[in-house]
Amino acid sequence: MSEQTLFKVTIDNITIEVPAGTTILNAARKIGGDVAPPAMCYYSKLEGSGGKCRTCLVEVSKGSEKDPRPMPKLVASCRTTVMDGMEVKNITSDRVIDARNGVVEFLLINHPLDCPVCDQAGECHLQDLSYEHGKAGTRYEFQRRTFKKHDLGDKIQLHMTRCILCYRCVFTADQLTGKREHGVLDRGDHAEIATYIEKNLDNEFIGNVIDVCPVGALTDKTFRFKNRVWFLKPVDAHRDCPTCSGKVTLWNRGDEVYRVTARKDQWGEVEDWICNTCRFDKKQTSDWVIEGPRLIDRHSVIAQGHYAGTVGTHKPTETFEAVHAGRQPKLLMDIHSISEVNQTNITLSKLDRPAHSTDFNHNKD
Amino acid sequence: MSAEKMLPQIIKNMGVKLLLDKAHVPGIRFFETYRKEGGYQAVEKALKQMDPASIVEEVKKSGVRGRGGAGFPAGMKWSFIAKPEGVPRHLVCNADESEPGTFKDRYLMEFLPHLLIEGLIISSFALGSNDTYIYIRGEYAWIVDILEQAIDEAKAAGFLGKNILGTGFDCNIYVQRGAGAYICGEETALIESLEGKRGNPRIKPPFPAIEGLWKRPTVVNNVETLAAVVPIINMGGDEYAKIGVGRSTGTKLISACGNINKPGVYEIEMTLSVEEFLYSDEYCGGIANGKRLKACIPGGSSVPILPANLLLKTAKGETRLMNYESLSDGGFATGSMMGSGGFIVLDEDQCIVKNTYTLARFYRHESCGQCSPCREGTGWMEKILKNIDTGKGKMSDIDLLWDIQRKIEGNTICPLGDAAAWPVAAAIRHFRDEFEWHVNHPEEAQKRNYGLAHYADPIHVPA
Repeated sequence: MSEQTLFKVTIDNITIEVPAGTTILNAARKIGGDVAPPAMCYYSKLEGSGGKCRTCLVEVSKGSEKDPRPMPKLVASCRTTVMDGMEVKNITSDRVIDARNGVVEFLLINHPLDCPVCDQAGECHLQDLSYEHGKAGTRYEFQRRTFKKHDLGDKIQLHMTRCILCYRCVFTADQLTGKREHGVLDRGDHAEIATYIEKNLDNEFIGNVIDVCPVGALTDKTFRFKNRVWFLKPVDAHRDCPTCSGKVTLWNRGDEVYRVTARKDQWGEVEDWICNTCRFDKKQTSDWVIEGPRLIDRHSVIAQGHYAGTVGTHKPTETFEAVHAGRQPKLLMDIHSISEVNQTNITLSKLDRPAHSTDFNHNKD
Repeated sequence: MSAEKMLPQIIKNMGVKLLLDKAHVPGIRFFETYRKEGGYQAVEKALKQMDPASIVEEVKKSGVRGRGGAGFPAGMKWSFIAKPEGVPRHLVCNADESEPGTFKDRYLMEFLPHLLIEGLIISSFALGSNDTYIYIRGEYAWIVDILEQAIDEAKAAGFLGKNILGTGFDCNIYVQRGAGAYICGEETALIESLEGKRGNPRIKPPFPAIEGLWKRPTVVNNVETLAAVVPIINMGGDEYAKIGVGRSTGTKLISACGNINKPGVYEIEMTLSVEEFLYSDEYCGGIANGKRLKACIPGGSSVPILPANLLLKTAKGETRLMNYESLSDGGFATGSMMGSGGFIVLDEDQCIVKNTYTLARFYRHESCGQCSPCREGTGWMEKILKNIDTGKGKMSDIDLLWDIQRKIEGNTICPLGDAAAWPVAAAIRHFRDEFEWHVNHPEEAQKRNYGLAHYADPIHVPA
């Protein structure tokens, strides 16, 4: 192989050499740790992704050795390639932190924040991002956005209210499956992911949209409400699959396989795409050859136990009013209209036993 | 007095006209009349006597700046176009004139379609575009027919098609209708739409000059810019550059609207003062119904609004002129922008809060929804402004609005985010007391207007 041109780039005062054509984000990921900007829409395995969510904005304080002028605007690090001698500020720039806090606020103003009933909770990138950059209170005092519900079939659950329009699932369907049957309809703040004509998504690789979704907008219907991810034990397993690599992560509790996902790297990106059969239909331990425990970077705020020592041990001192600068609690959104859980037609008190997910299963419409 | 002696007087009053000089000739819409009036001479000159490089050079020398709003020097833009071997290049005419308050391209295309076609042929030759496109907004449905008729006439006369004027240059012009989205006026969204996709702006770089339409090198220019190529070739770049002042060369079409006596499209020399443009009978003819001037958005809805006392004179006390430099004098603190030349005048009866709300509603509706700050921020601003306008606002909302616009501006993929943020920012900057009055007098604000207040008072100029 011919020798690649290497560019020297300094990110947050750490200098690294990367091949020409590398993006700032990927250079920062090589350094790792806090220097790597968060990315909600960029996905290294999907061509054309990135640039949309604006969480990875960084400041270029020196353009390059040849042209040292700083870039006037913050740039999306996922779509800006490094130049030789470039100097980038990520967490060392107040401008970047300010802008990123702003983006996180924008992403959250219409988000239902229904984490307690969301299957993505515990492995949700928006949850992590909000924990790191969000504020305890919101300045948004309006009704949150809702959408007409779209049914994508019996395997994939779409919660449009949680969507941040990263377009990853659109690129996945475009580049991975034979035929794209869903896309973005409408525009602006009422743009939505949907099939144009009510239609099931059943392409054999379409299940991967669940794994690429950074939030709980696309979740696995076969795993829905079955368990919280942090109670499950991830193990690497494989099977001889005629369609895909068959390399997956099983999420077990005891001997029971609760769900099957693709294996994800430290940036939350899928290593090998898996087919729908592996994902949805092989839920017996006997279907798989277990390789051993999967080392998961428990990036989630819940998994890291940030709440240990506070929850349940003493009463929180910050009340809603204190956090919201004296504003009384106000119902911004009825959780029933978002998540279809705990339907009002179920009277829990009339059950003679603890409620179980099966009690809620008859709301498939 | 004889007509000849009258002539210099008229020219002095009206200024030089390069684009609209023949606009009132009956039948100028049609090839025959246009040709008789000296039309297509520039094409003959360019294609027969000049080569592409020298045309680009003339356009550079003319100093003509993009008339769509950004004001980027057109010659410079042309010189950036990549010329890889064996890859076709394209010229695209941006006729997606959607900026509220702007209707100059409509006038040009409706009444002088051949001027645009002529400019397109010369520009296509200069850039090496054999397939040139006019992307026109869907609402201009009837203009499509006018343009297509003009293209057919030009083709029949041998100015389009194969081997134009025997020079061996082939060129076809196609008219493509948009579906009525403001965002498709942004050049990369326009290209996406032209390719038949959803009109989402692309992430730059790569710029269209390198990878544009179908990943081929592409130049996107505004209608007026391309029409201006005709006088530039006819008179030469140097002569064109002598008109106007500084880096504002040539003439500019201004579409004036709002509370004025004579709304319409005017061609001005950029040495004209704002005051003369607004009050002289040759142009706007003053504020309608004997009212007083309160504010003006001088360059289309996206540019910062100015109160009367900053419109006619700069913060330094100098006379403000209708050109790129003078209108932006003082930066955003006390200036505005030339923009697309949509001159929107507001009299003392207009409510700045309502006006800002209307604009915010527009940008919310037109945001493509691709990037987070614009998608979420435009809707949020609209809701807050609606509250203030309907008497439900809080004092803290004003600061909140400021903070939201600040977090949108500069952080989005395309300039629509900036365009949505600037009007809100400028309204709060210059008219904060009107916003506060709305908050403090919610009921009164529903019944009467804040009025002119102190917005026309002369400002103190530090010596």
